[in-house]
Amino acid sequence: MLSNVASRPIDARTPQDSIVEVRDVHYSIGGRAIFSGLNLQIQRGRITAIMGPSGTGKTTLLRLMTGQIKPDSGQVLFDGIDVSNLGTRELYALRRRMGMLFQNGALLTDEDVFENVAFPLREHTDLPEALIRNIVLTKLQSVGLRGAARLMPSELSGGMARRVALARAMATDPEVLIYDEPFTGLDPISMGMIVRLVRQMNYALGITSIVVSHDVEELAILADASYIIAGGKVAASGSFVELKDHDSEIVHQFINGLADGPVAFHYPAPDYYEDLLTG
Amino acid sequence: MHFLRELWDNVREFITTVGSVALFFGRVLAQLPGALLRPSLVVEQVHNTGALSLVIIMTCGLFVGMVLGLTGYDLLQRFGSEEALGTAGALAVTKELGPVVTALLFAGRAGTALASEIGLMRATDQLTAMEMMAVDPMRRVIAPRFAGGIIAMPLLTVIFIAIGIFGVQVVGVQLFKVDAASFWSQMRSSVGLDDIMEGVVKGCVFGVACSLIAVYEGYNAAPTAEGVGRATTRTVVNSAVLTLMLDYILTAIML
Repeated sequence: MLSNVASRPIDARTPQDSIVEVRDVHYSIGGRAIFSGLNLQIQRGRITAIMGPSGTGKTTLLRLMTGQIKPDSGQVLFDGIDVSNLGTRELYALRRRMGMLFQNGALLTDEDVFENVAFPLREHTDLPEALIRNIVLTKLQSVGLRGAARLMPSELSGGMARRVALARAMATDPEVLIYDEPFTGLDPISMGMIVRLVRQMNYALGITSIVVSHDVEELAILADASYIIAGGKVAASGSFVELKDHDSEIVHQFINGLADGPVAFHYPAPDYYEDLLTG
Repeated sequence: MHFLRELWDNVREFITTVGSVALFFGRVLAQLPGALLRPSLVVEQVHNTGALSLVIIMTCGLFVGMVLGLTGYDLLQRFGSEEALGTAGALAVTKELGPVVTALLFAGRAGTALASEIGLMRATDQLTAMEMMAVDPMRRVIAPRFAGGIIAMPLLTVIFIAIGIFGVQVVGVQLFKVDAASFWSQMRSSVGLDDIMEGVVKGCVFGVACSLIAVYEGYNAAPTAEGVGRATTRTVVNSAVLTLMLDYILTAIML
């Protein structure tokens, strides 16, 4: 019943190839506007990168997409369903079609790797233990960590924890996988592994991936389409090549990693010399 | 003027907090039947909050009983009625000291453990991850811990009372050679079922209060190290204050 509600569009349909659509979203926290008329579309079956300087609201956007917070105005549609209008039960039914990888993995610290991956299966299904075991081992094998099934989260490196979290997010075969800063704090080998896994998961399983990050180099390899968010709106969108040639100053600063530009090096402050003299 | 504004702010904050706790309590109660249908989760929490508190409860029960034996004997022998030590000790431990001291120890051991565990789960996104997996943390994390607390607390109270009475007996009968037959017979004739029920009812009420405060503070902890620390401190302080306030109200009602 609930899954029917979640899979049936109840609002205006988005275009056929778009699974998530953000329409004219305004959102502010404590009087500070985070988004002021944000519009974007996530194409089904593709890897979409959402980039932007720190503090532009990338993670806030993910929270809006997953219904953790509601916009002040505007719509966030998931497969035609307005996420912000759903009750708790409908929202939970919808979230069963999503998987999310948190920046720190967010593994359950009192359960081992196996139980972490088995968690959503145990909570949402009545599958026999033997079948759960097979599914968990399959998922762990796909991220290369079947041998770590009985390790505790405290025994894992940052990269391993994220791979376990990816296996857990994949356990119930979601339609959309959302990655929140998946590359932060990883060594190059772990980063390479995550990039490979995101691609593999996306194309082998035919799912849609949304990657929020500010690691331009990794996203250049990975993403089919990218959005750069700045000033509460989409500053630029398109393929990486298109973004590289974009004439916007902020896009140029972000893509080339320049220390100064529209995003100033100095935080707003009174005059330096006056400040020193009045001390 | 400034004082009045501050007073008003504090009153308003207190009312808001009471309302917030009441709403939270309603949400926990709504999830409680679901939690009880998964006994393995509740049994695990009874173990965490109850069995792991057993040693501290028994040790403190013994010493509270022994101190009561010393002071009670000192008082009663002045009136030549040392045989009443059994009655006095049993009533004091059963009706007052047992439930109250158990609640204070429960808040200090199990309550802080619950609040910090849930607070850390909040700080490390574990609760958000559950929500994203379409698993309600109120049902999966909070309700089983609350149920474990309210089951464990009356059991710990009864154990504390039994060990406390044993402590009174150790000092009175073994050390000061109060007549054992008088000690036990006076206790049996004076301590009724209603006295024991008073202790058990208080244990149940304090169990609900302390468990609710612990899970509420943990769930609403700011997701930082400082936030978890504050939640833990508030758990102990609020539990202790509420326990003593409720004790007065319950004693007055059951007098």
